[in-house]
Amino acid sequence: MTAASQPLLDVNDLVQRYTLPRESLFRPPGQVLALNGVSVRIEAGKSLGVVGESGSGKSTFARVVMALERPTSGRVELLGRDLNQLPADELRRARRDFQMVFQDPYGSLDPRQTIVRIVAEPLTALERTDRATLRARVSAVLRQVGLRDADMDKYPHEFSGGQRQRIAIARALITQPKLIVADEPVSALDVSVQAQVLNLMQDLQEQFGLSYILISHDLAVVDYLCDEVAVMYLGRIVEQGRPEDLFDHPAHPYTRALLAAVPRARAGRVRRRRGAQAIASQSSAATGCPYISRCPLADQHCREAAPALRRIGETHLAACHKAEEVMALPAVAGEAG
Amino acid sequence: MSDPLTAAVGLPTTSVPSRPATGFWRRALRHRSFVLGAALVCLVIGSALLSLVWTPWPAYEIDIASKLKPPSFSHWLGTDSFGRDIVSLLLVGARSTILVGIIAVGIGLTSGVCFGLLAAARKGWTEELIMRMSDFTFAFPAVLSAIMLAAVVGPGMLTSITAIGIFQIPIFVRVTRGSANAIWAREFVLAARASGKGGFRITIEHVLPNILSILIVQATIQFALAILAEAALSYLGLGTQPPQPSWGRMLNDAQTLLFQSPMLAVYPGAAIAVAVLGLNLLGDGLRDLLDPRLARER
Amino acid sequence: MGNPANAPLIDVDNLGVRLNTSRGPAQAVRGISFSLKRGETLGLVGESGCGKSVTALALMGLLPDNAVLGGSVRLDGRQLIKLSDADYCKLRGNRISMIFQEPMTALNPMHTIGQQVAEPLRRHKNYSAGQARTEAIALLDRVGLPDAAKRVDAYPHQFSGGQRQRVTIAMALACEPDLLIADEPTTALDVTIQGQILDLIADLVEERGMSMILISHDLGVIAENVERMMVMYGGTVVESGPTDEVFRRMGHPYTQGLFRARPRFGARKGTRLKTITGTVPELADLPSGCTFADRCPLVVDGCRAALPPVVEVGHGHGVRCIRTDVSMADRVGAVSA
Repeated sequence: MTAASQPLLDVNDLVQRYTLPRESLFRPPGQVLALNGVSVRIEAGKSLGVVGESGSGKSTFARVVMALERPTSGRVELLGRDLNQLPADELRRARRDFQMVFQDPYGSLDPRQTIVRIVAEPLTALERTDRATLRARVSAVLRQVGLRDADMDKYPHEFSGGQRQRIAIARALITQPKLIVADEPVSALDVSVQAQVLNLMQDLQEQFGLSYILISHDLAVVDYLCDEVAVMYLGRIVEQGRPEDLFDHPAHPYTRALLAAVPRARAGRVRRRRGAQAIASQSSAATGCPYISRCPLADQHCREAAPALRRIGETHLAACHKAEEVMALPAVAGEAG
Repeated sequence: MSDPLTAAVGLPTTSVPSRPATGFWRRALRHRSFVLGAALVCLVIGSALLSLVWTPWPAYEIDIASKLKPPSFSHWLGTDSFGRDIVSLLLVGARSTILVGIIAVGIGLTSGVCFGLLAAARKGWTEELIMRMSDFTFAFPAVLSAIMLAAVVGPGMLTSITAIGIFQIPIFVRVTRGSANAIWAREFVLAARASGKGGFRITIEHVLPNILSILIVQATIQFALAILAEAALSYLGLGTQPPQPSWGRMLNDAQTLLFQSPMLAVYPGAAIAVAVLGLNLLGDGLRDLLDPRLARER
Repeated sequence: MGNPANAPLIDVDNLGVRLNTSRGPAQAVRGISFSLKRGETLGLVGESGCGKSVTALALMGLLPDNAVLGGSVRLDGRQLIKLSDADYCKLRGNRISMIFQEPMTALNPMHTIGQQVAEPLRRHKNYSAGQARTEAIALLDRVGLPDAAKRVDAYPHQFSGGQRQRVTIAMALACEPDLLIADEPTTALDVTIQGQILDLIADLVEERGMSMILISHDLGVIAENVERMMVMYGGTVVESGPTDEVFRRMGHPYTQGLFRARPRFGARKGTRLKTITGTVPELADLPSGCTFADRCPLVVDGCRAALPPVVEVGHGHGVRCIRTDVSMADRVGAVSA
């Protein structure tokens, strides 16, 4: 079997349904479709960015891929193994290949453990390792993320936000995984520190041939780090493609809206007007396109039939009846320099 | 792993975990409430130990002729209504006080924490079952269970200790489950799950250390309550049996003579206050010392 | 001269704040001066710990008791520093209002939104309960809360993040303040909602002739929403001027670094972000002289000697740097639109 025929990660028709707390004794409890038929493939060494707003299901997607939650239906295959079919013991061993970096560098490190214990956690979870080997491995991985050996016996509160995120990345790297799922890894950091962490993530990818799934609300961060981008809206992928497809020629009105909403830092833009938009609710099960209430182009056809994700370019997918129309619209003002 | 039980009764030597000792003792000695608390607790323990080898007078010797004597050279704090030496009674009474505290809080703490951690880790019907059972136990006053127990095995110190201990379980279950649930919701626990750790290891390595300070403080409070509960049960004749002295019994004996010789109530009262205060200070101190975030600032 | 329309509404001169932190006394803010006329808008931009929020709290009189204030803050000519707390209470929510970052924590979960919007009206304007309720509904309607009349008795948890921020805006505007301070009002919100909220604030500022101080870490938000801006670092203003001028010229190495460090569209995989080395300094141990000296690529000995003076590089555009000759030669300022 060649590498091309077996992707690193193959996610097929993932559905995750949550039951809401009962509001009435006589009505059935409400349900939320956090994921509604999500499928993606990632080749080894490539990175996927997942963007969307809160409630789009992007964090649920991360947790299901990490096998932290069992999906209602669908498959997550890593290197050809269905993670949800693996026995607990094998799943634990399989975790060597995929690790996670969390958003909050303050909440994701146990305040009562030393750095060496925190960073070694994925290793100690897998196997018994003697102290000397463990410390050597931790020391090596700390140096890769730009920290020093002397930091090993300190506690998390002694580090700044950026350093803590480096520690979290070191923890994810220590098992030499093939895939790192990073959920908003830089959104809690200061701009100047954010750049350092993003550069580090890019260096590590080149050095180890890692793949990332980068969950972010920041389109520019995804653009900088990923080979492919998926835009999620209410639990579905509404557009998918390479960054140049997606950001230069958006084919879904939602992607366009996201791009237009990003404030641009440059002169001559004071009091730029933005269009008003309504917010759709996640639990309403309307027929037709889920984006309809916010879409400026919606017509009768959109109200009647939900658009499926379809191919509109070689590497470009969009779930919109009017994708071609949207692509023909003048480009969203890009940022110079 | 530090054992909250020994920590609660003030044996700091065994309760200090193998934390990288960046001067744990140096910090401990500079921590005012820890030092004061440890001193008071040591005083109580020392009294109990001393009473095993020496008391000024035999504690059980009744001497009606010299009853209710004021403090003098031979009887430093005077005598009670049976002519027994107060100092000797206090020293011997410290033994049962410590015993009641250790065993009752020990029963409550160990089983309560285990059930609480289990409930937080398993959720679902396990949690439901544990919480309802603990509610059921909680609804039974300690006095009632002591009476029931006494009816079966007869009254005595062991009966009262067991009753108090059982009564404390649901309190520890609630405190443990509540704080453990908060830890389970933290992102570092998710990180541990993502690295493949199971519920048991996460409980031992992440949840327990992070709720330890809450448990220590709760244990010191419960220890104080246990002493008082023992006094109440002794008064009803369900606890320590005469002639064996305990601070609680002394307090209750003094109650009838409150207007003739009020000092009789003050001595055991002060002894209980010293023990409780010492434990509370010690608990506060341990909570601070075990928190790496406070390590630098103290 | 004597013309009230031309007199500054708020005049801040050489404001300094010293805080007692757990790490010892810290000069959180030093030497801040600006003045705003009615209807003018000012942006404060900087990273965490730069003093921008402390400045806002100082203007609101909300600093902890142990804070030591220096300099002068005049509202319509009246000195606010050393004002008693009781007198400040009459100003707060009445003449100066503030919008906070986190709408959920700024609202009391136990009170209906109607009560909370009506509260400043009842306190400062002695409205009757009925009057205040009518006015609250009108305000909620104005800030774009759908079905304001029906939802006035709902509780904060029944609203989405964006709607909650609208409620806090209604609260802040209830007494028609002269000065609105918005501290990261959209940081907790999704990017498409962010645009709506900023538009709403801008409209209200215009409509009511208020002055606004907008605080943000995002250069884009500042570029699009205020006429003048100040860049803060380590408690000092390192660059200030009309927004367009600042973005066109970018005189200070820190402003340039902040601008370059942002990932932006078109920076595809493989490009590198230009980082600012090091981390944001702790307020308790700021370097003497220029606070940016330790991270500055252009640092010379003279930078550490004393706080650099403000150099005028354009009309109303000041830069606190002694090396503007070199830094400005770089011409990083965004290509103007």
